[in-house]
Amino acid sequence: MYRVVSRKELNPTVTQLEIEAPLVAKKAQPGQFIILRANEDGERIPLTVAGTDPEKGTVKIIFQIVGGTTEILNHKMVGDYLADFVGPLGVASEIEGLKKVCVVGGGVGCAIAMPIAQALHDNGCEVTSIIGFRSKDIVILEDEFKACSDKLIVMTDDGSYARQGNVTVPLKEMLDAGETFDEIITIGPLIMMKFVVATAKPFNIPCTVSMNPIMIDGTGMCGGCRLTLVQDGKRVTKFACVDGPDFNGYEVDFDEAMSRGRMYMDYEKHARDAACNLFKKEAK
Amino acid sequence: MAINPIKHEMPTQDPQVRAHNFNEVALGYTEEIALEEASRCLNCVNKPCVSGCPVNVHIPEFIAKIKEKDYEGAYQEISKSSSLPAVCGRVCPQELQCESKCTLGIKFQSVGIGRLERFVADYHNANNTAKAVAPASNGHKVAVVGAGPSGLTCAGDLAKKGYKVSIFEALHTAGGVLVYGIPEFRLPKSIVAKEVDTLKQLGVDIETNVVIGKTLTIDELFEDGYEAVFVGSGAGLPNFMNIPGEAYKGVYSANEFLTRSNLMKAYEADPTTPIMKGGNVAIVGGGNVAMDAARTALRLGAEHVYVVYRRSLEELPARKEEVEHAMEEGIDFRLLNNPVEVLGYNNPDDPRDPKNGFVTGIKCIRMELGEPDEKGRRRPVPVEGSEFVLDVDTVVIAIGTSPNPLIKNTTPGLEINKHGGIIVNEDGLTSRDSVYAGGDAVTGAATVISAMGAGKLAAKSIDEALSNK
Repeated sequence: MYRVVSRKELNPTVTQLEIEAPLVAKKAQPGQFIILRANEDGERIPLTVAGTDPEKGTVKIIFQIVGGTTEILNHKMVGDYLADFVGPLGVASEIEGLKKVCVVGGGVGCAIAMPIAQALHDNGCEVTSIIGFRSKDIVILEDEFKACSDKLIVMTDDGSYARQGNVTVPLKEMLDAGETFDEIITIGPLIMMKFVVATAKPFNIPCTVSMNPIMIDGTGMCGGCRLTLVQDGKRVTKFACVDGPDFNGYEVDFDEAMSRGRMYMDYEKHARDAACNLFKKEAK
Repeated sequence: MAINPIKHEMPTQDPQVRAHNFNEVALGYTEEIALEEASRCLNCVNKPCVSGCPVNVHIPEFIAKIKEKDYEGAYQEISKSSSLPAVCGRVCPQELQCESKCTLGIKFQSVGIGRLERFVADYHNANNTAKAVAPASNGHKVAVVGAGPSGLTCAGDLAKKGYKVSIFEALHTAGGVLVYGIPEFRLPKSIVAKEVDTLKQLGVDIETNVVIGKTLTIDELFEDGYEAVFVGSGAGLPNFMNIPGEAYKGVYSANEFLTRSNLMKAYEADPTTPIMKGGNVAIVGGGNVAMDAARTALRLGAEHVYVVYRRSLEELPARKEEVEHAMEEGIDFRLLNNPVEVLGYNNPDDPRDPKNGFVTGIKCIRMELGEPDEKGRRRPVPVEGSEFVLDVDTVVIAIGTSPNPLIKNTTPGLEINKHGGIIVNEDGLTSRDSVYAGGDAVTGAATVISAMGAGKLAAKSIDEALSNK
């Protein structure tokens, strides 16, 4: 059992939990993920590590409420326990040797982008961060990004906060103006990462994307997290849990990944409604 | 008295009934049947059956105890060699092992050794209330990676000798393939749990949610004071066919399909882990895993289940009883057929059509058997122009796995072969000092009993190495 040590609601649908998991805390690097079960008999879900405190033995996770499990997770209070918490899984993001990087985060993906921006910053790298959200009320981690970025651009789709537009707008402006980076690292919705890659392509800047497909075991056994890379014209199957989650954005078949990500969409909505109803009943 | 030439039938649930439930198919011998079947054993002097068993269970001896109605004695006799009799009695391919060597089998049907083993183990589980007692410690610490058949066996054998054994398991439950792979209707999970409990009573410590190679490395285990490590990390990533359409929604690897149903209990009424149920399902492959997937799909509510296999019935590698059970249940075997493409739905007028990207069928080509290959099996050759389509909603690929890469990537000096399997010598020792390995991590996908045999061998080698220290 893994105890919830602290809890912070970042916005109405995104919550941060700090979990006691000393072995994971000791090992986890930016870009790696964990798998958890909120309760016994719950499903296994992957979440990226949003920060660690090896001395305290704790790991931070940030999640958006989308299905039944994240709904249940959102009802975990300080002192409650998660049934299972295993990791760190996946390959850590490669940040060694990078001198100037643009980190592009979207929505809850910023929770994953932030520790990478921090690690880059701590390594003496010049960091430009572009973070985008649908609207003002769901902006998260702005102060954290400010602290580790040499330049921070906040975007909202509806213009209710900071600059209006999506993240590719300022990225394209910078690149058009002759700005250059050793690498662009982007984490967010698949459709956003696809367009960030398309924006970067004419400028030939290496572009790393962080994939978050459906997973079960997360240890290289089930194959549910497979995705297709196109390498030298050949289609190659890779597994996000052991080969990723970071991949070369120019190689990823985003359309396929988007389609596969929607496999259980109806089910997820149903599961979340069911979990909500359960909590409503309990509250009565 | 003349010997009954026929092996006693295993009582089973009616095929029409069991096709719709997840309860165990084979019900087990009654005491009466067990006694009659045991009486068929000739108690041969040279015991050919024992040599056919990967863990050399004392077969004539335990059958002799059954004849004396000393069932607990029979259990103790099996336990001298096997840590998991209730499991082996159910899942071993006996027709290729002990029973294939049975003297009776030369003229008649061989003795039903597996069925008798199961009877004995079930009798013990139902009647024995005494807890296993942990022996006095010998002061040595051993780590076991993976709580599957090889790891549980290795841990059990060492614990009985007084070793302090810790098993590190990546998943949230112990059992490995016995809990994520083999379905409830073939191996009830309560039986696995019971075997695991017995190990705990022997003093074995099981740490779930620890991925060796990630959470801890093998080198860190040695730093923590473990004197030897056994790696039984099991099968790894599933193989796919590399044909067009394998990314469509509704295409599963057998590992994923079975893990969802077994480990995550997606077969229950309101599961937390989703799985595609109903419709028509095609399983690709012909091994035990393919049979498990086909029969799971049927029980999840499929209207029609095909098994598509590129060779003929004769070459079908699955355990014979499973194939017979599957046929009785109405699984449609499409032999000498090979898939060439998975077909999916794509609405050209509406990219947002929710049906887009889901499987609609599988295109296959007929095969015929050609010249024998290097293993002597006749190689299937496609019949040109014979393609046809099976209309299905789900495709499950059950064509094997490759060993898990996590440990080799984080253990310097651990040598692997070109298939990714860990290389071991005849003692189960790897290229690293005091690191032993066995099971699917070494051989690639194989049987539960051969993994147990490897765990047993490693336990013996570890004991020899550490007791001489």
